[in-house]
Amino acid sequence: MSSKAPAETQGASRFTLDFRTLGPFVALALLMILGTMINATFISSANLTNVLTRSAFIGIIAVGATFVISAGGIDLSVGSMAAFISGVMIIAMNHFVNTVGVNWTTVMIGMGLSVALGLAAGLANGLVTTKGRIDSFIVTLGTMGIYRSLVTYLADGGTLSLSFQLRGIYRPVYYGSFLGIPIPLWAFFVVAVIGWIVLNKTRFGRYCLAIGSNADVAAYSAINVDRIRTLTYVVQGLCVAVATIIYVPRLGSASASTGVLWELEAIAAVIIGGTALKGGTSRLWGTVAGAIMLSMIGNILNLTDAISQYLNGAVQGVIIIVAVLVQRSGKGR
Amino acid sequence: MKRVLGILLVLVLAAALFVPGQVLAQDQVTIGVSIPAATHGWTGGVNYWARVTADRLQEQHPNINIVLLTAGSAGEQANDLEDLVAIHNIDALVILPFESDPLTDPVDFVKQSGVFVTVVDRGLAREGIEDIYVAGDNPAMGRVSGEYMVEALGGEGKIVILRGIPTVIDNQRFDAFMEVVDETDIEVLDWAYAYWNRDDGFEVMQDFLARFPEIDAVWAQDDDIALGVIEAVKQAGREDELFIIPGAGMKEVIARVMEGDRLTPVNVLYPPAMIATAMEVTALVFVSDAPFMGTYIIDSPLITPENAERFYFPDSPF
Repeated sequence: MSSKAPAETQGASRFTLDFRTLGPFVALALLMILGTMINATFISSANLTNVLTRSAFIGIIAVGATFVISAGGIDLSVGSMAAFISGVMIIAMNHFVNTVGVNWTTVMIGMGLSVALGLAAGLANGLVTTKGRIDSFIVTLGTMGIYRSLVTYLADGGTLSLSFQLRGIYRPVYYGSFLGIPIPLWAFFVVAVIGWIVLNKTRFGRYCLAIGSNADVAAYSAINVDRIRTLTYVVQGLCVAVATIIYVPRLGSASASTGVLWELEAIAAVIIGGTALKGGTSRLWGTVAGAIMLSMIGNILNLTDAISQYLNGAVQGVIIIVAVLVQRSGKGR
Repeated sequence: MKRVLGILLVLVLAAALFVPGQVLAQDQVTIGVSIPAATHGWTGGVNYWARVTADRLQEQHPNINIVLLTAGSAGEQANDLEDLVAIHNIDALVILPFESDPLTDPVDFVKQSGVFVTVVDRGLAREGIEDIYVAGDNPAMGRVSGEYMVEALGGEGKIVILRGIPTVIDNQRFDAFMEVVDETDIEVLDWAYAYWNRDDGFEVMQDFLARFPEIDAVWAQDDDIALGVIEAVKQAGREDELFIIPGAGMKEVIARVMEGDRLTPVNVLYPPAMIATAMEVTALVFVSDAPFMGTYIIDSPLITPENAERFYFPDSPF
C-alpha cells in the first residue's frame, strides 16, 4: 500500500507541473527558430533528417540514462561500453563471414551478441554498485576505463573495420528509411515510447522514482531497492546495445575514439529534459527533446561562419545553460 | 613506504641476477622508448612500429636492450621517464612527447643525468636539450596538399577544409596549405574542426554538404576524418562532383589510392613509422662510430597510384 505513495504524488502534481514539462520543448522550438534565422538551410528536410538521425545514438542511450538517474544513480560507462560492444560486434561478424557467410544471419548474430553484451555489462554495473555498496559514480568510472582499454586492445590501437561485403548488407540499418523516415529515428521513437510506458505506467517505473526520491523510505515500503537499482543499469545496458546496433552500420568501424564523451552528452540530455540529477523525477519526452537539442546545436554552428570555430564550445555551454533556465522559469514559484 | 621501496629494490636486483643471458658488461646498452598510448589510429601506428622495431633491434644487436613504455597522459609520461632512469637505468631515451611544454623539464632532467636523448615528432619547448630530433614535416604536409589541390582544380574552385584538434601541428599544416591556396582563385567556403576522428568527419561533412550546393574538393587532412567524409558524401549522392585529399597514410586509404579510387585520388604521407627511424638512429649511436647527432626531417611526399605500394603496410594496424 505504501508503495503507492510516490505514484500518487506524481498523479497529484501532474497538472500543476504541466508547464515545467513543456520547458524543454519551448527551448527546442526557440533553438529551431534561431537555427532557421541563422541559415535557412537548417529547416530543409534533408538537414533536419540528418540532425534527427544523428541524435538517435545519444537519444537512445539517454532514455536508458533517464531510468538510472531517476532512481538516483549515474552511469558514466555508456560511451566506452558502446565502443567496446561495437568492437566485439565487428570482430564477431567478420569471423562469422567465413563460416556463416555474407548474409543477414551474420548480421543478426552480431545484433544478438550486442544485446547480450549490453545486458551483461549493465548487470555487472548494477551488481557491483548494489552488492558491493559502492557509489555508482565510482563503479561506472571504473568500468568506463575498462571498456575503453578493452576496445583499444581489441583494435590493437588502430581501428576495427567491418568486412566490406557485410557492410553492404548492414548499411540500410543506418541509411535506409521506412515510410520516408530513417530507420534510426524509428528505433529512437520506439525506444522512447517503450521507455515512457515502462517508466510511467508500470510498477517498476514507480519503484525507480520512489527509490530516487528516498531510498530508505522505499526500502521500508518493502521495495527490493537493490534489485530495482540493478535493473535500471540493465535497462541502460540494453539501450546502449540498441544504439550500437544502429551506430555500427554508419561508418562500419570502431576505435579508441568511438563514443568519447557520449556519457556526458546522455546525462546532459536527461537534465536538459527536466529530470533531476539527484533522482526522484523523470521526464522521458524531455530527455528526447534534450538529445535532439544537443545535436542541433552542433549542426547550427556548422551552418554559419558568423561565430568563430574556436568559440563553439562556449556557445554550446551557453545554450545548454539557457535551455535549463527556460525549463526552470516555467516551474512557477 | 621505505620498506616497500626496499623490498622492491631487492626484488629488482634479484630479478636482474636471474635473468638469463643478461650480461652486465660495460657495452650493454639500455634504450628507453616512451610514447603515447594508442588512443587513435596514428598513435596506434606509432605503437606498432615501436614494438616491431624494438624486437628487430634487440635481435640484431644482442647488447641492446629496449624498454618500451606507453603513457595515457603527459603526467603519466613524466612518471614513466622517472621510472626509466631510476629502475631501468637507461643509457638512451627515445621519446615522442605527449605535449611539448609539460614534458620539456622532465626530459631535460633525464638529459642531465647523462642519458642520450632523441625526441620524435613534437619538439620540446626549449632548444638544445635533445641530441637527435626526428620529425615529420607538418608545414610540408599542408603545402603538398595545397599544391595538389591547386593542380587538380586547375587553380579555381570551391573547397571546404576539415581540421584536426586545435594544436600547433594542426596550425602549421593549415597555415602552409592556406599560403599555397590563397594565391589562386580557389575559394575556401569554410573550415571546421573534425578532431582527427571519423564520427566528427561524417557529421561536419554532412553539414557542409547541406549548407553548400557546390563543393569541388575537400581537404580532410587526415585519413580517419576522410573515411567519415567519404560516407557523408556517398549518403548525399555527391561522389561525382568532388574529390577528397586525406593525409597520414592509413593502410585502408592507401589501398583506395592503389585501386585508383576517384574520390581519394592521392594521399599525403605523415608516417607513424618515424618512431622506427628515431629508434634505429639512436641504436646506431651505440654500435657505430659514425656521427649521427642532428635533426632528421621525414618528408611528406604525395602518394599516388604509381607509388602507393611503397607506403602500404598491411600488418600495421594503421
